[in-house]
Amino acid sequence: MTTAVKARRWGWWFVAEHRVSHIRAYWITLLVTSLGSPFVYLLGLGLGLGILIDENQGGAGVGGVPYLTFVTPALLLSAVMQGSSQENTFGTFGGFKWTHWYITQYASPITPAQMVLGSQLGILVRTSITAACYVVVIAVAGIAPLGRALLLLPVAMLLSVAVGFAVTSWVATQVDDRGQLSFVERFVVTPLALFSGTFYPLEVLPAYLQWIGWISPLWHAVELGRWVMYGADIPGWRLVVHVLFLVALAAVTAALSIRTFERRLDK
Amino acid sequence: MSVEAPKVHSGFLRGLYAGNTMAVLERGLKVIARNNWLIILTGFFEPVLYLLSMGLGLGALVGAVEFYGIKVPYAAYIAPALMAVSAMNGAVYDSTMNVFFKMKHAKLYDQMLSTSLGPMDVALGEILIAMFRGLLYAVGFMIITTLLGLNLSWTALLAVPAALLIAFGFAAIGLGVTSYMKTYQHLDFVYFVMLPMFLLSATFFPISVYPEPVQWFIMALPLWHGVDMIRQLTTGLVQPSMWGHVTYFVVMIAIGATLATSRLKALFLR
Amino acid sequence: MADTRKGLLSPFVSVIRARSLTKRYGNFLAVDGIDFDIEAGESFGFLGPNGAGKSTTMRMISAQSTRTSGTLDVLGLDTNEYGPEIRAQLGIVPQADQLDEELRVFDNLTTYGRYFGFSRAHVRNRAEELLDFAQLREKRGVRVSELSGGMKRRLTIARGLMNSPKVFLLDEPTTGLDPQARHILWDRLFRLKEQGTTLVLTTHFMDEAEQLCDRLVVVDKGVIVAEGSPRSLIQQYSTREVVELRFGSSRNAWAAEQLVGIGDRLEVLPDRVLVYADHGEAALESAVHRGLEPTSSLVRRSSLEDVFLRLTGRSLIE
Repeated sequence: MTTAVKARRWGWWFVAEHRVSHIRAYWITLLVTSLGSPFVYLLGLGLGLGILIDENQGGAGVGGVPYLTFVTPALLLSAVMQGSSQENTFGTFGGFKWTHWYITQYASPITPAQMVLGSQLGILVRTSITAACYVVVIAVAGIAPLGRALLLLPVAMLLSVAVGFAVTSWVATQVDDRGQLSFVERFVVTPLALFSGTFYPLEVLPAYLQWIGWISPLWHAVELGRWVMYGADIPGWRLVVHVLFLVALAAVTAALSIRTFERRLDK
Repeated sequence: MSVEAPKVHSGFLRGLYAGNTMAVLERGLKVIARNNWLIILTGFFEPVLYLLSMGLGLGALVGAVEFYGIKVPYAAYIAPALMAVSAMNGAVYDSTMNVFFKMKHAKLYDQMLSTSLGPMDVALGEILIAMFRGLLYAVGFMIITTLLGLNLSWTALLAVPAALLIAFGFAAIGLGVTSYMKTYQHLDFVYFVMLPMFLLSATFFPISVYPEPVQWFIMALPLWHGVDMIRQLTTGLVQPSMWGHVTYFVVMIAIGATLATSRLKALFLR
Repeated sequence: MADTRKGLLSPFVSVIRARSLTKRYGNFLAVDGIDFDIEAGESFGFLGPNGAGKSTTMRMISAQSTRTSGTLDVLGLDTNEYGPEIRAQLGIVPQADQLDEELRVFDNLTTYGRYFGFSRAHVRNRAEELLDFAQLREKRGVRVSELSGGMKRRLTIARGLMNSPKVFLLDEPTTGLDPQARHILWDRLFRLKEQGTTLVLTTHFMDEAEQLCDRLVVVDKGVIVAEGSPRSLIQQYSTREVVELRFGSSRNAWAAEQLVGIGDRLEVLPDRVLVYADHGEAALESAVHRGLEPTSSLVRRSSLEDVFLRLTGRSLIE
């Protein structure tokens, strides 16, 4: 097989491999923060707020389970969303402007589509580490059995990819950073993390705010997460809608990203 | 051809301070006015979003929370905490991330220290800019919470200077810490110290839910003092411990300023 | 707290005076005990390859880097003690332009002037003058990132002149510029020199050193290996002319053996053989006489490059 043929077939893998190899530069930080944040969030927020809420709800819990159980899948998925969005914001923009990875790769047989898919795969490795650390803490703390907690992984991966492509499809169109990159975090990720039925059921919010959840990939993923982890009471058709929403978001924004990459690199 | 001798300053800040901090502040304000005002303005939304989300949603689940023996509505309970957190975040962000970026990437301090400015002028200027930003956020947040009826007493007005005190303390320590930083990865650890402080310092629930040793640990952290101080002021439930909180921050500023001053050469004259 | 006591030396023997000046970063000795004196009004150069310790020396002169040991007085003041006072009198052009990317061209000048404590009116007038000096009048309100390399360099030089300095420090003033931009810059620097400004510059270009410096030191690995005017250095360390012969990379070493005895000295480089001789044409003729057939040959005058090669056995630009 000539190298050109090999690159045609495996280019996306080389791109992913390249990105994963850069995790080595900060793996200590990644591990400390990935293991530390579930600990702090679950035992701090989940447990602390849980005592207050469970007391006030008179033992009924939230959605039929203790608050800690209720909030756990949401915290995991929220961390995955933030990780994916950060990596895609600075990774994608940096690939064009700072590290010039995409410019370099474009000088090789690798295609723009392979860059988009490969980068996302590389980022998926990083967000999966975050999710896996959560799963370990969930199982060790006895919030859910390991078998159930593990089911959160595929949900997390689907969310990471959907959010990732969505962020990249916008960031790739940005030529200069005049501070607007931080808007992703400020105006999209943070509001979504706060209004997607994460810390409380979406229905608790006033009706005029509930639409935020419906268009939020995080809410769709959190619903799935609650179902897989403790069998939250959600009708089957809604589960299908949640999966379809995430898959469609990933597919459409991946296509948009590829088109933007192709146009931007072909200069 | 001969060259005139320069004027000479003496005293312990010799070589460090030229008494021209205003020029550094002026540059910062000019950049905010011309470029960054939108970014600065939007930074103010984060605590407001937290307040709306947590106040509306969690408030419905939690109900009222007891503070110094009085039941306080949940939104009024977390609003002052978010104000303290926002003062901390702004000050730490400006004195670590921003300073590090300007030092490593934009080389701004190399420019400033090519002139007659000394490192002390630069450090003071950066702290003043951080506090200016803190002042903007604190005032903005006060207006929102007043409109939402979450300030329960006139003493809430004092929360603005209190937020500035918090910002000053964190900015001074932050600058000192930055002088030890070598890579961007070190910044992650700064945020990793701030995250648990944010979640545990009686921000969203009273620390009485913890066992006593944990409570003592949290009460040693600066953010808890900031939260309790502002909460006493906005609820009007001012306690004698207020003096303790103020003293805590005065000491923190003294330590931070001493550390930062002694590290100025390490920070700027590498 | 401010007193107007004169500096330690008055009138000055030297504007800048270094004795056993040393800078160490951990285990790395960047500057290894150098001595030099720079007189008022002269144009002084540090010539050496990248990493020789030139920029570190410049940063110590401008009191932006604290020395490890030795003494360094600028305008009669110790650099470790009087940074702000010294820099008030210096113009500094760093190797990387380090312009304020968040401000536009004109604001870069005025803001920098304000750092010296000048009034707003003063810095505005001075900035207008310098826009003309730097030929940037049309770029007054433009973002710095939109300037070309040569324009950025001129803006950096204009910025360094905001305080009308007596001593102007330039670190690699023309590195990375195209030939035309370099000549424009050299012309600007000549004007300053004519006006009596003391110029101190580092460079790894021998033509730049020859053009701009009255006197220079050759620096290598943190030590000074020679000192003098460009002309005297060439006279002392090289012959009047040089013959450059190319035989193809595999045959250069063999050809050098055949050349022994022609000229005063031989240097074998990877791509060519240099024959040092006062009369280049005669040396070339002798080589041809011996039956050698170079693929190309060139007779030229000696330059500082040859001085450096002689002193260190390496070429300046590697």
